[in-house]
Amino acid sequence: MSSSTSSASVWTVIQHREGKVHRMSLEAIAASQQLAAETGGSAAAIILAADASEIATQVAAYDLEAVYIAENPAFGDYDPGAYVTALAPAIAAAQPALVVFPHTYQSVDYFPRLGHAAGAAVVTEAISYENSDGQLIWRRPIMTGKMQAKVRVRGEGPVLVSVQSGAFAADGARRGSAPVQPLEIDLSQVHPDREHLGVEAAGGGEEVDLTKADIIIAAGRGVGGQDKMGPLQELAEVLGGEIGASRPVIDSGWLERERQIGSSGQTVAPKLYLAVGISGAIQHLVGMKGSGCVVAINKDPSAPIFGIADYGIVGDLHEVVPALTEAAKEAKG
Amino acid sequence: MRIAVCIKQVPDTEGRLRADATGRWIDEEDLRFVINESDEYALEEALTVAEKSDGEVVVISLGPARVQEALRKGLALGAAKAVHLEDPAFQNGDAGATARALAAAIEKEGVDLVLTGSQSDDAGWGSTASLVAGHLGWPHAWLVMGLEIEDGGSAKVTREMESGMNEVFRLRLPAVIEVQAGINHPRYASLKGIMKAKRKPIDKPDPAALGLAAEDLGESGSRIEILEVAFPESGEGAQILEGDAATAAKSLVEKLQKEARVL
Repeated sequence: MSSSTSSASVWTVIQHREGKVHRMSLEAIAASQQLAAETGGSAAAIILAADASEIATQVAAYDLEAVYIAENPAFGDYDPGAYVTALAPAIAAAQPALVVFPHTYQSVDYFPRLGHAAGAAVVTEAISYENSDGQLIWRRPIMTGKMQAKVRVRGEGPVLVSVQSGAFAADGARRGSAPVQPLEIDLSQVHPDREHLGVEAAGGGEEVDLTKADIIIAAGRGVGGQDKMGPLQELAEVLGGEIGASRPVIDSGWLERERQIGSSGQTVAPKLYLAVGISGAIQHLVGMKGSGCVVAINKDPSAPIFGIADYGIVGDLHEVVPALTEAAKEAKG
Repeated sequence: MRIAVCIKQVPDTEGRLRADATGRWIDEEDLRFVINESDEYALEEALTVAEKSDGEVVVISLGPARVQEALRKGLALGAAKAVHLEDPAFQNGDAGATARALAAAIEKEGVDLVLTGSQSDDAGWGSTASLVAGHLGWPHAWLVMGLEIEDGGSAKVTREMESGMNEVFRLRLPAVIEVQAGINHPRYASLKGIMKAKRKPIDKPDPAALGLAAEDLGESGSRIEILEVAFPESGEGAQILEGDAATAAKSLVEKLQKEARVL
Protein backbone atom coordinates (compact mmCIF):
# COMPACT_ATOMS: atom_id res chain seq x y z
CA MET A 1 0.00 0.00 0.00
CA SER A 2 3.04 2.29 0.15
CA SER A 3 2.30 4.08 -3.11
CA SER A 4 -1.38 4.33 -2.34
CA THR A 5 -1.58 5.72 1.18
CA SER A 6 -1.32 9.45 1.25
CA SER A 7 0.59 11.09 4.08
CA ALA A 8 -1.11 14.38 3.26
CA SER A 9 -2.97 15.93 6.19
CA VAL A 10 -5.76 17.43 4.08
CA TRP A 11 -7.56 15.60 1.31
CA THR A 12 -10.19 16.84 -1.07
CA VAL A 13 -12.45 14.54 -3.06
CA ILE A 14 -12.96 16.00 -6.53
CA GLN A 15 -16.48 16.37 -7.93
CA HIS A 16 -16.58 16.05 -11.70
CA ARG A 17 -18.95 15.43 -14.55
CA GLU A 18 -18.34 14.58 -18.21
CA GLY A 19 -14.57 14.97 -17.84
CA LYS A 20 -14.74 18.39 -16.18
CA VAL A 21 -13.89 19.36 -12.62
CA HIS A 22 -16.83 21.03 -10.84
CA ARG A 23 -16.24 24.76 -10.29
CA MET A 24 -16.75 24.36 -6.55
CA SER A 25 -14.09 21.63 -6.39
CA LEU A 26 -11.57 24.31 -7.39
CA GLU A 27 -12.74 26.28 -4.36
CA ALA A 28 -12.33 23.12 -2.27
CA ILE A 29 -8.74 22.77 -3.60
CA ALA A 30 -8.06 26.38 -2.51
CA ALA A 31 -9.56 25.60 0.92
CA SER A 32 -7.45 22.42 1.21
CA GLN A 33 -4.24 24.30 0.41
CA GLN A 34 -5.01 26.99 3.01
CA LEU A 35 -6.00 24.45 5.66
CA ALA A 36 -2.89 22.36 4.97
CA ALA A 37 -0.69 25.42 5.48
CA GLU A 38 -2.66 26.25 8.64
CA THR A 39 -2.13 22.78 10.12
CA GLY A 40 1.48 22.39 8.96
CA GLY A 41 0.78 19.60 6.50
CA SER A 42 0.21 19.11 2.80
CA ALA A 43 -2.86 18.73 0.60
CA ALA A 44 -3.83 15.96 -1.79
CA ALA A 45 -6.74 15.40 -4.17
CA ILE A 46 -8.68 12.19 -4.76
CA ILE A 47 -10.51 11.32 -7.95
CA LEU A 48 -12.93 8.42 -8.35
CA ALA A 49 -13.94 7.95 -11.99
CA ALA A 50 -14.52 5.34 -14.70
CA ASP A 51 -11.74 7.09 -16.65
CA ALA A 52 -9.84 9.66 -14.57
CA SER A 53 -7.25 10.80 -17.13
CA GLU A 54 -8.85 14.10 -18.27
CA ILE A 55 -9.85 15.10 -14.75
CA ALA A 56 -6.45 14.16 -13.29
CA THR A 57 -4.71 16.41 -15.84
CA GLN A 58 -6.84 19.38 -14.70
CA VAL A 59 -6.28 18.72 -10.98
CA ALA A 60 -2.54 17.96 -11.34
CA ALA A 61 -2.04 21.57 -12.48
CA TYR A 62 -2.49 22.68 -8.84
CA ASP A 63 0.04 22.77 -6.02
CA LEU A 64 -0.78 19.46 -4.33
CA GLU A 65 1.34 16.72 -2.78
CA ALA A 66 -0.32 14.25 -5.12
CA VAL A 67 -3.45 13.46 -7.09
CA TYR A 68 -4.71 10.00 -6.22
CA ILE A 69 -6.95 8.27 -8.72
CA ALA A 70 -9.12 5.17 -8.53
CA GLU A 71 -10.64 4.04 -11.82
CA ASN A 72 -13.52 1.63 -12.06
CA PRO A 73 -16.81 1.36 -13.99
CA ALA A 74 -18.58 1.54 -10.58
CA PHE A 75 -17.52 5.21 -10.43
CA GLY A 76 -18.95 6.01 -13.88
CA ASP A 77 -22.27 7.43 -12.70
CA TYR A 78 -21.99 9.11 -9.31
CA ASP A 79 -23.24 6.67 -6.66
CA PRO A 80 -23.14 7.32 -2.90
CA GLY A 81 -22.83 3.61 -2.05
CA ALA A 82 -19.80 3.25 -4.33
CA TYR A 83 -18.19 6.44 -2.99
CA VAL A 84 -18.74 5.50 0.66
CA THR A 85 -17.51 1.92 0.36
CA ALA A 86 -14.47 2.99 -1.69
CA LEU A 87 -13.36 5.92 0.45
CA ALA A 88 -14.19 4.86 4.02
CA PRO A 89 -11.40 2.24 4.30
CA ALA A 90 -8.88 4.68 2.75
CA ILE A 91 -9.77 7.43 5.26
CA ALA A 92 -9.85 5.01 8.20
CA ALA A 93 -6.39 3.67 7.24
CA ALA A 94 -4.57 6.94 6.44
CA GLN A 95 -6.31 9.15 9.08
CA PRO A 96 -5.97 12.51 7.33
CA ALA A 97 -6.74 15.43 9.68
CA LEU A 98 -9.28 16.86 7.26
CA VAL A 99 -11.17 15.82 4.15
CA VAL A 100 -12.68 18.81 2.32
CA PHE A 101 -15.74 18.58 0.05
CA PRO A 102 -17.50 21.22 -2.00
CA HIS A 103 -20.92 21.86 -0.41
CA THR A 104 -22.84 20.62 -3.44
CA TYR A 105 -25.96 18.54 -4.00
CA GLN A 106 -23.67 15.63 -4.91
CA SER A 107 -21.10 15.79 -2.10
CA VAL A 108 -23.60 16.33 0.71
CA ASP A 109 -25.57 13.36 -0.64
CA TYR A 110 -22.76 10.98 0.36
CA PHE A 111 -20.15 12.52 2.63
CA PRO A 112 -22.05 12.42 5.97
CA ARG A 113 -22.62 8.70 5.41
CA LEU A 114 -18.94 8.40 4.51
CA GLY A 115 -18.10 10.10 7.81
CA HIS A 116 -20.18 7.54 9.67
CA ALA A 117 -18.52 4.64 7.85
CA ALA A 118 -15.01 6.00 8.42
CA GLY A 119 -15.62 6.93 12.07
CA ALA A 120 -15.03 10.59 11.26
CA ALA A 121 -16.73 13.77 12.46
CA VAL A 122 -18.90 15.65 9.95
CA VAL A 123 -19.22 19.43 9.59
CA THR A 124 -21.50 20.67 6.81
CA GLU A 125 -21.61 24.03 5.07
CA ALA A 126 -18.57 25.81 6.48
CA ILE A 127 -18.29 29.42 5.33
CA SER A 128 -15.02 30.22 7.11
CA TYR A 129 -12.68 28.97 9.80
CA GLU A 130 -10.38 30.37 12.45
CA ASN A 131 -7.39 28.71 14.04
CA SER A 132 -7.65 29.00 17.81
CA ASP A 133 -4.40 27.67 19.32
CA GLY A 134 -4.19 24.87 16.81
CA GLN A 135 -7.89 24.04 17.03
CA LEU A 136 -10.05 24.80 14.03
CA ILE A 137 -13.31 26.62 14.64
CA TRP A 138 -15.81 26.56 11.76
CA ARG A 139 -18.48 29.13 11.01
CA ARG A 140 -21.65 27.90 9.32
CA PRO A 141 -25.15 29.26 8.67
CA ILE A 142 -28.12 28.36 10.89
CA MET A 143 -31.76 29.51 10.86
CA THR A 144 -31.87 29.35 7.03
CA GLY A 145 -28.91 31.73 6.85
CA LYS A 146 -30.33 34.41 9.13
CA MET A 147 -27.76 33.59 11.81
CA GLN A 148 -24.42 31.81 12.01
CA ALA A 149 -22.89 29.37 14.48
CA LYS A 150 -19.26 28.80 15.39
CA VAL A 151 -18.61 25.12 15.98
CA ARG A 152 -15.67 22.92 16.87
CA VAL A 153 -15.08 19.20 16.73
CA ARG A 154 -14.40 17.27 19.93
CA GLY A 155 -12.21 14.19 20.03
CA GLU A 156 -9.52 12.74 17.79
CA GLY A 157 -9.57 11.52 14.21
CA PRO A 158 -10.44 12.79 10.74
CA VAL A 159 -12.93 15.61 10.22
CA LEU A 160 -14.99 15.70 7.02
CA VAL A 161 -16.07 19.21 6.12
CA SER A 162 -18.00 20.74 3.21
CA VAL A 163 -17.25 24.33 2.20
CA GLN A 164 -20.05 26.56 0.94
CA SER A 165 -19.91 28.16 -2.50
CA GLY A 166 -17.92 31.41 -2.47
CA ALA A 167 -16.34 30.78 0.96
CA PHE A 168 -12.97 30.22 -0.74
CA ALA A 169 -12.13 31.84 -4.07
CA ALA A 170 -11.32 29.41 -6.89
CA ASP A 171 -8.64 31.75 -8.24
CA GLY A 172 -7.01 31.52 -4.80
CA ALA A 173 -6.04 27.92 -5.62
CA ARG A 174 -2.24 27.83 -6.08
CA ARG A 175 -1.03 26.42 -9.38
CA GLY A 176 1.72 23.84 -9.46
CA SER A 177 2.47 20.40 -10.73
CA ALA A 178 1.30 17.38 -8.80
CA PRO A 179 2.23 13.74 -9.43
CA VAL A 180 -0.69 11.44 -10.33
CA GLN A 181 -0.69 8.18 -8.39
CA PRO A 182 -3.09 5.28 -8.06
CA LEU A 183 -5.22 5.10 -4.93
CA GLU A 184 -5.42 1.47 -4.01
CA ILE A 185 -8.97 0.46 -3.27
CA ASP A 186 -10.29 -3.01 -2.56
CA LEU A 187 -12.86 -3.15 -5.36
CA SER A 188 -14.49 -6.29 -3.97
CA GLN A 189 -15.71 -4.05 -1.12
CA VAL A 190 -17.23 -1.40 -3.41
CA HIS A 191 -21.04 -1.58 -3.45
CA PRO A 192 -23.14 0.84 -5.51
CA ASP A 193 -26.65 1.67 -4.17
CA ARG A 194 -28.38 2.83 -7.29
CA GLU A 195 -29.42 1.52 -10.66
CA HIS A 196 -29.11 4.64 -12.81
CA LEU A 197 -32.01 5.32 -15.16
CA GLY A 198 -31.14 8.76 -16.57
CA VAL A 199 -31.09 12.53 -16.22
CA GLU A 200 -34.00 14.87 -17.02
CA ALA A 201 -34.88 18.58 -16.86
CA ALA A 202 -36.53 19.44 -13.55
CA GLY A 203 -39.30 21.67 -14.91
CA GLY A 204 -40.51 19.83 -17.96
CA GLY A 205 -42.53 22.87 -19.04
CA GLU A 206 -41.66 25.80 -21.32
CA GLU A 207 -38.00 26.86 -21.42
CA VAL A 208 -37.37 30.12 -19.64
CA ASP A 209 -33.83 31.42 -19.99
CA LEU A 210 -33.35 34.02 -17.27
CA THR A 211 -29.59 34.10 -17.88
CA LYS A 212 -30.15 36.43 -20.86
CA ALA A 213 -32.31 38.95 -18.98
CA ASP A 214 -30.85 42.40 -18.22
CA ILE A 215 -33.35 43.07 -15.46
CA ILE A 216 -34.88 40.49 -13.14
CA ILE A 217 -37.63 41.06 -10.59
CA ALA A 218 -37.33 38.14 -8.17
CA ALA A 219 -40.18 37.23 -5.86
CA GLY A 220 -39.69 35.66 -2.44
CA ARG A 221 -41.88 34.09 0.20
CA GLY A 222 -42.65 37.58 1.55
CA VAL A 223 -44.85 38.28 -1.49
CA GLY A 224 -47.43 36.19 0.29
CA GLY A 225 -49.42 34.45 -2.43
CA GLN A 226 -50.01 33.75 -6.11
CA ASP A 227 -52.78 36.37 -6.14
CA LYS A 228 -50.23 38.99 -5.03
CA MET A 229 -47.85 38.49 -7.97
CA GLY A 230 -49.71 40.99 -10.21
CA PRO A 231 -47.92 44.17 -9.07
CA LEU A 232 -44.54 42.47 -9.64
CA GLN A 233 -45.56 41.52 -13.18
CA GLU A 234 -46.58 45.11 -13.78
CA LEU A 235 -43.23 46.41 -12.50
CA ALA A 236 -41.42 43.89 -14.71
CA GLU A 237 -43.37 45.14 -17.74
CA VAL A 238 -42.59 48.80 -17.01
CA LEU A 239 -38.87 48.04 -16.49
CA GLY A 240 -38.68 45.56 -19.37
CA GLY A 241 -37.53 42.79 -17.05
CA GLU A 242 -38.24 39.12 -16.42
CA ILE A 243 -39.90 37.60 -13.36
CA GLY A 244 -37.94 35.07 -11.31
CA ALA A 245 -38.34 33.64 -7.84
CA SER A 246 -36.68 31.98 -4.89
CA ARG A 247 -37.43 28.38 -4.08
CA PRO A 248 -40.31 28.79 -1.57
CA VAL A 249 -42.34 30.69 -4.19
CA ILE A 250 -41.88 27.86 -6.69
CA ASP A 251 -42.62 25.16 -4.10
CA SER A 252 -45.85 26.95 -3.17
CA GLY A 253 -46.84 26.91 -6.84
CA TRP A 254 -47.09 30.70 -7.24
CA LEU A 255 -44.80 30.57 -10.28
CA GLU A 256 -43.59 27.86 -12.66
CA ARG A 257 -40.39 25.99 -11.72
CA GLU A 258 -38.57 27.23 -14.85
CA ARG A 259 -38.30 30.62 -13.16
CA GLN A 260 -36.47 29.41 -10.05
CA ILE A 261 -33.19 31.18 -9.22
CA GLY A 262 -30.65 29.62 -6.86
CA SER A 263 -28.63 26.48 -6.34
CA SER A 264 -31.36 24.18 -7.63
CA GLY A 265 -32.52 26.62 -10.30
CA GLN A 266 -30.85 29.03 -12.69
CA THR A 267 -27.71 31.03 -12.00
CA VAL A 268 -28.21 34.56 -13.25
CA ALA A 269 -26.14 37.73 -13.54
CA PRO A 270 -28.41 40.54 -14.83
CA LYS A 271 -27.47 44.22 -14.75
CA LEU A 272 -30.25 44.84 -12.24
CA TYR A 273 -31.63 42.32 -9.76
CA LEU A 274 -34.62 43.37 -7.68
CA ALA A 275 -35.16 40.98 -4.76
CA VAL A 276 -38.71 41.45 -3.49
CA GLY A 277 -39.65 39.73 -0.22
CA ILE A 278 -36.54 37.53 -0.41
CA SER A 279 -34.69 37.06 2.87
CA GLY A 280 -31.49 35.85 1.20
CA ALA A 281 -30.83 32.21 2.11
CA ILE A 282 -27.44 31.08 0.81
CA GLN A 283 -29.15 28.69 -1.65
CA HIS A 284 -30.67 31.73 -3.31
CA LEU A 285 -27.61 33.98 -3.09
CA VAL A 286 -25.38 31.51 -4.97
CA GLY A 287 -27.74 31.84 -7.94
CA MET A 288 -27.68 35.66 -8.20
CA LYS A 289 -24.58 37.05 -6.52
CA GLY A 290 -22.97 37.79 -9.89
CA SER A 291 -25.64 40.42 -10.60
CA GLY A 292 -24.45 43.94 -11.40
CA CYS A 293 -26.72 45.95 -9.14
CA VAL A 294 -28.85 44.35 -6.43
CA VAL A 295 -31.88 46.02 -4.88
CA ALA A 296 -33.60 44.47 -1.85
CA ILE A 297 -37.14 45.24 -0.71
CA ASN A 298 -38.01 43.57 2.58
CA LYS A 299 -39.89 44.41 5.77
CA ASP A 300 -37.19 42.79 7.95
CA PRO A 301 -34.15 45.10 8.28
CA SER A 302 -32.01 42.16 9.48
CA ALA A 303 -32.70 40.03 6.36
CA PRO A 304 -29.33 38.79 4.99
CA ILE A 305 -30.22 40.05 1.51
CA PHE A 306 -29.48 43.61 2.69
CA GLY A 307 -25.90 42.52 3.42
CA ILE A 308 -25.19 41.87 -0.25
CA ALA A 309 -27.55 44.42 -1.85
CA ASP A 310 -26.43 47.79 -3.23
CA TYR A 311 -29.72 49.54 -2.42
CA GLY A 312 -32.42 48.62 0.01
CA ILE A 313 -35.90 49.69 0.98
CA VAL A 314 -37.12 48.49 4.37
CA GLY A 315 -40.89 48.41 4.17
CA ASP A 316 -44.08 46.70 3.07
CA LEU A 317 -43.45 45.39 -0.44
CA HIS A 318 -47.15 45.64 -1.25
CA GLU A 319 -46.80 49.43 -0.94
CA VAL A 320 -43.25 49.76 -2.27
CA VAL A 321 -43.69 47.76 -5.50
CA PRO A 322 -46.66 49.78 -6.87
CA ALA A 323 -44.86 52.99 -5.82
CA LEU A 324 -41.80 51.81 -7.72
CA THR A 325 -43.89 51.10 -10.83
CA GLU A 326 -45.31 54.63 -10.63
CA ALA A 327 -41.85 56.18 -10.11
CA ALA A 328 -40.40 54.21 -13.03
CA LYS A 329 -43.29 55.25 -15.31
CA GLU A 330 -42.75 58.88 -14.36
CA ALA A 331 -39.01 58.72 -14.89
CA LYS A 332 -39.48 57.20 -18.32
CA GLY A 333 -41.94 59.97 -19.15
CA MET B 1 -45.75 -1.22 3.79
CA ARG B 2 -44.74 0.26 7.12
CA ILE B 3 -43.14 3.70 6.89
CA ALA B 4 -41.35 5.76 9.51
CA VAL B 5 -41.36 9.56 9.09
CA CYS B 6 -38.86 11.57 11.09
CA ILE B 7 -40.06 15.10 11.73
CA LYS B 8 -38.41 17.94 13.61
CA GLN B 9 -40.10 20.83 15.33
CA VAL B 10 -38.24 24.07 14.61
CA PRO B 11 -38.70 27.72 15.54
CA ASP B 12 -40.51 29.77 12.93
CA THR B 13 -37.53 31.60 11.43
CA GLU B 14 -39.80 34.49 10.44
CA GLY B 15 -40.01 35.28 14.16
CA ARG B 16 -37.69 37.58 16.10
CA LEU B 17 -34.42 35.71 16.45
CA ARG B 18 -31.77 36.42 19.06
CA ALA B 19 -29.09 34.54 20.96
CA ASP B 20 -29.98 33.22 24.42
CA ALA B 21 -28.12 34.04 27.67
CA THR B 22 -25.45 31.37 27.03
CA GLY B 23 -24.82 32.74 23.53
CA ARG B 24 -24.61 29.15 22.31
CA TRP B 25 -28.14 28.81 20.90
CA ILE B 26 -31.10 31.01 20.10
CA ASP B 27 -33.56 32.22 22.71
CA GLU B 28 -36.62 30.02 22.16
CA GLU B 29 -38.79 31.90 24.66
CA ASP B 30 -41.09 33.94 22.42
CA LEU B 31 -40.79 31.89 19.26
CA ARG B 32 -43.56 29.91 17.63
CA PHE B 33 -42.64 26.30 16.86
CA VAL B 34 -43.69 24.59 13.63
CA ILE B 35 -42.97 21.33 11.83
CA ASN B 36 -39.80 21.77 9.75
CA GLU B 37 -40.85 22.63 6.21
CA SER B 38 -39.28 19.75 4.28
CA ASP B 39 -40.45 17.30 7.00
CA GLU B 40 -44.06 18.34 6.29
CA TYR B 41 -43.53 17.26 2.71
CA ALA B 42 -41.99 13.99 3.92
CA LEU B 43 -45.06 13.34 6.07
CA GLU B 44 -47.37 13.93 3.09
CA GLU B 45 -45.25 11.63 0.91
CA ALA B 46 -45.39 8.89 3.56
CA LEU B 47 -49.17 9.18 3.91
CA THR B 48 -49.55 8.96 0.11
CA VAL B 49 -47.31 5.88 -0.13
CA ALA B 50 -49.13 4.24 2.79
CA GLU B 51 -52.53 4.85 1.19
CA LYS B 52 -51.41 3.28 -2.08
CA SER B 53 -49.85 0.23 -0.41
CA ASP B 54 -52.44 -0.30 2.32
CA GLY B 55 -49.64 0.51 4.74
CA GLU B 56 -49.08 2.33 7.97
CA VAL B 57 -47.15 5.43 9.01
CA VAL B 58 -45.23 5.86 12.26
CA VAL B 59 -44.23 9.44 12.97
CA ILE B 60 -41.05 9.92 15.04
CA SER B 61 -39.67 13.06 16.62
CA LEU B 62 -36.84 13.87 19.02
CA GLY B 63 -37.34 16.91 21.22
CA PRO B 64 -38.80 18.27 24.45
CA ALA B 65 -42.46 18.19 25.58
CA ARG B 66 -43.56 20.82 23.03
CA VAL B 67 -42.82 18.34 20.21
CA GLN B 68 -46.00 16.46 21.12
CA GLU B 69 -47.96 19.11 19.22
CA ALA B 70 -46.10 18.21 16.01
CA LEU B 71 -46.64 14.50 16.60
CA ARG B 72 -50.38 15.06 17.23
CA LYS B 73 -50.54 16.87 13.91
CA GLY B 74 -48.91 13.86 12.22
CA LEU B 75 -51.48 11.59 13.86
CA ALA B 76 -54.32 13.91 12.85
CA LEU B 77 -53.14 13.78 9.24
CA GLY B 78 -53.29 9.98 9.26
CA ALA B 79 -50.25 8.44 10.95
CA ALA B 80 -51.18 5.36 13.01
CA LYS B 81 -48.69 5.83 15.80
CA ALA B 82 -46.15 8.30 17.15
CA VAL B 83 -42.79 7.85 18.86
CA HIS B 84 -41.54 10.73 20.99
CA LEU B 85 -37.87 10.67 22.04
CA GLU B 86 -38.51 12.98 24.97
CA ASP B 87 -36.07 11.64 27.56
CA PRO B 88 -33.60 14.40 28.62
CA ALA B 89 -30.69 12.15 27.58
CA PHE B 90 -31.76 12.45 23.92
CA GLN B 91 -31.83 16.27 23.85
CA ASN B 92 -29.39 18.86 22.47
CA GLY B 93 -27.31 16.44 20.45
CA ASP B 94 -25.53 17.11 17.17
CA ALA B 95 -26.59 15.35 13.95
CA GLY B 96 -24.54 12.27 14.90
CA ALA B 97 -26.04 11.78 18.37
CA THR B 98 -29.55 12.52 17.09
CA ALA B 99 -29.12 10.03 14.22
CA ARG B 100 -28.02 7.34 16.70
CA ALA B 101 -31.26 7.76 18.67
CA LEU B 102 -33.51 7.97 15.60
CA ALA B 103 -31.92 4.89 14.01
CA ALA B 104 -32.52 2.84 17.17
CA ALA B 105 -36.17 3.98 17.34
CA ILE B 106 -36.63 3.14 13.65
CA GLU B 107 -35.09 -0.27 14.10
CA LYS B 108 -37.47 -1.02 16.96
CA GLU B 109 -40.46 -0.12 14.79
CA GLY B 110 -39.41 -2.49 12.00
CA VAL B 111 -40.17 -0.42 8.89
CA ASP B 112 -39.63 -0.84 5.13
CA LEU B 113 -38.97 2.81 4.38
CA VAL B 114 -37.85 5.95 6.22
CA LEU B 115 -38.95 9.35 4.94
CA THR B 116 -37.77 12.71 6.24
CA GLY B 117 -36.93 16.22 5.07
CA SER B 118 -33.57 17.11 3.55
CA GLN B 119 -32.53 19.82 5.98
CA SER B 120 -33.81 21.46 9.14
CA ASP B 121 -34.60 25.16 9.14
CA ASP B 122 -32.83 25.70 12.48
CA ALA B 123 -29.48 23.86 12.84
CA GLY B 124 -29.49 22.98 9.14
CA TRP B 125 -26.86 20.21 9.29
CA GLY B 126 -28.51 18.48 6.31
CA SER B 127 -26.79 15.28 7.41
CA THR B 128 -28.93 13.64 10.11
CA ALA B 129 -30.88 11.30 7.83
CA SER B 130 -27.78 10.16 5.89
CA LEU B 131 -26.22 9.31 9.25
CA VAL B 132 -29.40 7.37 10.14
CA ALA B 133 -28.90 5.44 6.88
CA GLY B 134 -25.31 4.79 7.93
CA HIS B 135 -26.45 3.33 11.27
CA LEU B 136 -29.10 1.17 9.61
CA GLY B 137 -26.78 0.10 6.78
CA TRP B 138 -29.44 1.13 4.23
CA PRO B 139 -29.11 3.04 0.96
CA HIS B 140 -30.34 6.63 1.02
CA ALA B 141 -30.92 9.64 -1.18
CA TRP B 142 -30.85 13.36 -0.34
CA LEU B 143 -32.95 16.06 -2.09
CA VAL B 144 -35.60 13.74 -3.48
CA MET B 145 -38.24 15.31 -5.76
CA GLY B 146 -40.06 12.17 -6.88
CA LEU B 147 -40.74 8.76 -5.32
CA GLU B 148 -42.50 5.78 -6.86
CA ILE B 149 -42.68 2.51 -4.95
CA GLU B 150 -42.32 -0.46 -7.31
CA ASP B 151 -43.35 -4.09 -6.96
CA GLY B 152 -40.57 -6.34 -5.77
CA GLY B 153 -39.06 -4.18 -3.05
CA SER B 154 -37.60 -1.25 -4.94
CA ALA B 155 -38.31 2.45 -5.47
CA LYS B 156 -37.84 4.75 -8.45
CA VAL B 157 -36.34 7.96 -7.14
CA THR B 158 -35.98 11.38 -8.79
CA ARG B 159 -33.28 13.50 -7.16
CA GLU B 160 -32.31 17.11 -7.72
CA MET B 161 -28.95 17.93 -9.21
CA GLU B 162 -27.64 21.45 -9.59
CA SER B 163 -28.68 23.71 -12.50
CA GLY B 164 -32.28 22.59 -12.86
CA MET B 165 -31.61 18.94 -13.73
CA ASN B 166 -32.85 15.79 -11.98
CA GLU B 167 -31.30 12.34 -11.88
CA VAL B 168 -33.50 9.26 -11.86
CA PHE B 169 -32.48 5.93 -10.35
CA ARG B 170 -33.78 2.78 -8.70
CA LEU B 171 -33.03 1.95 -5.05
CA ARG B 172 -33.62 -1.29 -3.21
CA LEU B 173 -35.73 -1.08 -0.05
CA PRO B 174 -35.48 -0.61 2.86
CA ALA B 175 -33.99 2.82 2.30
CA VAL B 176 -33.86 6.31 3.79
CA ILE B 177 -35.40 8.98 1.53
CA GLU B 178 -34.84 12.68 2.28
CA VAL B 179 -37.36 14.76 0.36
CA GLN B 180 -37.14 18.34 -0.80
CA ALA B 181 -39.82 20.90 -0.14
CA GLY B 182 -42.08 21.05 -3.21
CA ILE B 183 -42.27 17.30 -3.92
CA ASN B 184 -46.06 17.28 -3.25
CA HIS B 185 -48.88 19.36 -1.79
CA PRO B 186 -49.23 18.69 1.95
CA ARG B 187 -52.81 18.11 3.07
CA TYR B 188 -54.66 19.77 5.93
CA ALA B 189 -55.96 17.90 8.96
CA SER B 190 -59.68 17.28 9.10
CA LEU B 191 -61.70 17.77 12.28
CA LYS B 192 -62.39 14.03 12.26
CA GLY B 193 -58.63 13.38 11.97
CA ILE B 194 -57.90 15.68 14.89
CA MET B 195 -60.48 13.91 17.06
CA LYS B 196 -59.18 10.47 16.11
CA ALA B 197 -55.60 11.53 16.84
CA LYS B 198 -56.45 12.01 20.50
CA ARG B 199 -56.91 8.28 20.91
CA LYS B 200 -53.80 7.24 18.98
CA PRO B 201 -50.75 6.06 20.95
CA ILE B 202 -47.57 8.09 21.52
CA ASP B 203 -44.69 5.85 22.62
CA LYS B 204 -41.95 7.42 24.73
CA PRO B 205 -39.06 4.96 24.89
CA ASP B 206 -36.10 5.86 27.08
CA PRO B 207 -32.50 5.14 25.94
CA ALA B 208 -32.44 1.74 27.69
CA ALA B 209 -35.61 0.66 25.86
CA LEU B 210 -33.74 1.33 22.60
CA GLY B 211 -30.60 -0.45 23.79
CA LEU B 212 -28.67 2.81 24.00
CA ALA B 213 -26.39 4.27 26.69
CA ALA B 214 -27.21 7.83 27.79
CA GLU B 215 -23.58 8.99 27.39
CA ASP B 216 -23.70 8.19 23.64
CA LEU B 217 -26.68 10.53 23.21
CA GLY B 218 -27.48 14.21 23.43
CA GLU B 219 -24.70 16.65 24.22
CA SER B 220 -22.38 14.04 25.75
CA GLY B 221 -22.67 11.86 22.64
CA SER B 222 -21.91 14.74 20.26
CA ARG B 223 -18.67 15.34 18.36
CA ILE B 224 -19.73 18.83 17.31
CA GLU B 225 -19.93 21.57 19.88
CA ILE B 226 -21.63 24.89 19.18
CA LEU B 227 -19.53 27.65 20.75
CA GLU B 228 -21.48 30.71 19.72
CA VAL B 229 -24.40 31.88 17.59
CA ALA B 230 -24.60 35.37 16.14
CA PHE B 231 -25.97 37.44 13.30
CA PRO B 232 -23.72 37.55 10.23
CA GLU B 233 -21.56 40.61 9.85
CA SER B 234 -23.44 42.51 7.22
CA GLY B 235 -20.35 43.74 5.36
CA GLU B 236 -20.80 47.06 3.60
CA GLY B 237 -24.46 46.36 3.16
CA ALA B 238 -27.09 48.15 1.21
CA GLN B 239 -27.60 51.88 0.98
CA ILE B 240 -31.02 52.11 2.63
CA LEU B 241 -33.44 54.54 1.05
CA GLU B 242 -35.56 56.21 3.68
CA GLY B 243 -39.02 57.72 3.70
CA ASP B 244 -42.49 56.43 2.91
CA ALA B 245 -43.03 54.01 0.02
CA ALA B 246 -43.46 56.76 -2.60
CA THR B 247 -40.41 58.74 -1.46
CA ALA B 248 -38.16 55.68 -1.18
CA ALA B 249 -39.34 54.40 -4.57
CA LYS B 250 -38.62 57.74 -6.19
CA SER B 251 -35.11 58.03 -4.78
CA LEU B 252 -34.40 54.41 -5.77
CA VAL B 253 -35.35 55.02 -9.40
CA GLU B 254 -33.14 58.12 -9.36
CA LYS B 255 -30.19 56.17 -7.94
CA LEU B 256 -30.68 53.36 -10.46
CA GLN B 257 -30.65 55.89 -13.29
CA LYS B 258 -27.88 58.25 -12.19
CA GLU B 259 -25.64 56.31 -9.79
CA ALA B 260 -25.86 52.67 -10.87
CA ARG B 261 -26.91 53.54 -14.44
CA VAL B 262 -28.90 50.39 -14.94
CA LEU B 263 -32.20 52.00 -15.96
